[in-house]
Amino acid sequence: MSFDIALWLAQDGITNGAIYALLALALLLVFTVTRIIFVPQGEFISYAALSLALLQAGRLPGTVFVLVIGGLVAALFDGVIAIREKAYRRLPRILALYVLLPASMAAITWWAAPQKLALWLQVLIVLGLVVPLGPILYRVAYQPLASASVLVLFIVSMAAHYVLTGLGLVFFGGEGLRAPPFSDAQFKVGVLSITAQSLWVIFASLFIVVLLWLLFDRTLYGKALRATAVNRVGARLVGIPTGLSGSLAFTLAAFIGAVSGILIAPITTIYYDTGFLIGLKGFVGAILGGMGSYPLAALGALALGMLESFSSFWASAFKEVIVFTIIIPVLVWRSLTSHHPVEDEEE
Amino acid sequence: MNFNLRLTAGLVAALATSGVLAEITVGVSIASTGPQASLGVHYRNAFELMPKTLGGEPVRYIVLDNASDATNAARNARKLVSEDKVDVLMGSNGVPATLAMAQVATESKTPLVTLSPVGLPADNVNWTFIVPQPTELMMDAVARDIKKRNLKTLGYIGFSDGWGDLVLKASESHAASAGYRIVTNERYARNDTSVVGQVLKIIAANPDGVIVGGSGTGGALPQIALRERGFKGPIYHNHGTVNAEFIKVGGKYADGAIAPTGPVVVADELPAGYATKALGMDFMKRYEAKFNLGRNAFAAYSYDAVLLVDAAAQVALKKARPGTPEFRAALRDALENVKDVVGTHAVYTMTPANHNGMDERARVLVEVRDGQWRLMK
Repeated sequence: MSFDIALWLAQDGITNGAIYALLALALLLVFTVTRIIFVPQGEFISYAALSLALLQAGRLPGTVFVLVIGGLVAALFDGVIAIREKAYRRLPRILALYVLLPASMAAITWWAAPQKLALWLQVLIVLGLVVPLGPILYRVAYQPLASASVLVLFIVSMAAHYVLTGLGLVFFGGEGLRAPPFSDAQFKVGVLSITAQSLWVIFASLFIVVLLWLLFDRTLYGKALRATAVNRVGARLVGIPTGLSGSLAFTLAAFIGAVSGILIAPITTIYYDTGFLIGLKGFVGAILGGMGSYPLAALGALALGMLESFSSFWASAFKEVIVFTIIIPVLVWRSLTSHHPVEDEEE
Repeated sequence: MNFNLRLTAGLVAALATSGVLAEITVGVSIASTGPQASLGVHYRNAFELMPKTLGGEPVRYIVLDNASDATNAARNARKLVSEDKVDVLMGSNGVPATLAMAQVATESKTPLVTLSPVGLPADNVNWTFIVPQPTELMMDAVARDIKKRNLKTLGYIGFSDGWGDLVLKASESHAASAGYRIVTNERYARNDTSVVGQVLKIIAANPDGVIVGGSGTGGALPQIALRERGFKGPIYHNHGTVNAEFIKVGGKYADGAIAPTGPVVVADELPAGYATKALGMDFMKRYEAKFNLGRNAFAAYSYDAVLLVDAAAQVALKKARPGTPEFRAALRDALENVKDVVGTHAVYTMTPANHNGMDERARVLVEVRDGQWRLMK
């Protein structure tokens, strides 16, 4: 392997690693706030990337139906509870959030699809379609079980993953799509030519790492979110609305997923099930970083991107094996070096 | 999803003329939903354009969906055999589902005409006939082009699954006769986000050309990465890649991609007098007029399967009546001996040793020109 090839591989590894880092952050965020191992995180990537590609082709993305139907189910859940508790004043807010918002997003998309709008408008529409899926998913799948054990929440995650992947297959079909690049600009640095698209990916990741780190370490609100994670009952006793914190974490996670999807849609071919694999690698990255700190998780994900890139050069047939096997020595090392807090067990 | 194309009118006509109930039943299982649906819908759609009689007798097509699942395919086949008493089975797209059906065909002694290219253990082949081109036949067209261009070293990158192995094996089987050597064996997954590592390795080996063992839009990722890194040599794909989506995803980088495929895909560009030209053009015209889904090879496989049964039924009807075990056996014997049956993909001549029956006329090379798959001149 020459030095040039190593540089190329490093560039590819950093670009992929940056995407894994975004996913690792979202997974970590959801896990620390809600103790949910959020398997369907990757689905936001597929949904966002495929929606963008379809909008650019002038077609109506199926995400619209998922959003509207999901919103209706969530409204039904909350509506029944409100009526049963005779809290009718809650109904307008429920309707606005879960019915009106998705329906108007759907109407905008339906109008906008054949127009072939400017790219940044399409990006906004995709964000508007995918981000509300986060809180809706939390309301429908997780909120009724918010205080269950990590294992139960994990099983719910698996179910949600299968449902979302299945819906993705129905609405997007089995073939892959790719969006045109945001810009064709390339920068020559030595032997490398760096595309503007990969710079976008790296800067977006850096930006979100810093943002999350500031949010959770420097603001009262972030600390409140963390308190919810450590002890739900205690957090409620000191006046933190725990239901809201889960919903907020999911909104942020969906936002990060949608941004990742929009960023990689022009770099690679996206299938309805691509997101799962990316999400899984983000998860491995987060574990490499110890599942506790945002900068460490991002570093872990970056290392994983590098490992993947170099192993696809040396032994491409065993690439996935290498990437997922790395988790075993890391887990062994971690369980030997860190004492084991049992906060995850039933209280 | 179970739509019966009951041709009652045909049935009544047959009763009126002959007074004998002799309806041929064709049982079909196809993955028209699920991950393989993007090809499956074409296979299924074709059954709306099928002839209304086979061997002169009215026919009933029962088309079931196996949802891209081999277990469902086997269940469908059993149901078709035991409840509907079908005279012949057809299916499926997807190799595992087809293998599952072949098992049922052998057990129930019902002829099966497969719609995907399967390699079968010797004891199953007896009742199974394979319509699509074997991968060796397809890659032979590629090997001849390599020889013509006098390329000596070829890089290989393919799916890290059975398909990747199959295309590699087929490419290697022609290597000695065409005088080339395969110098890399890189693998990737359909939903990988990057093949930069693999492509760098291929470029470092400096081959004269590259063979890609992907399928559908999955073939686009190496095509784009190779061209982005400035690879100038020819890039050969396989017949699994020939669809409109590949070109859509590949964009400007797809230009010049070469692949073998059945002649029906470019029927209108074939030289005059090509054996399958007239039938292929007619079918493609009818298919595109009715469904507007772009050119593809897949619907035509279903059509050829029915044409084969049509030819065999003419012989078998002289020996037994449809719906009986004797008829199924006679149909199998007749299928095994069809000679020069012109289809849309090939001219079929079967023998007990050859249940595919295709020759070199069954494949052509196409390349991407101006955003379309065109016959390579």
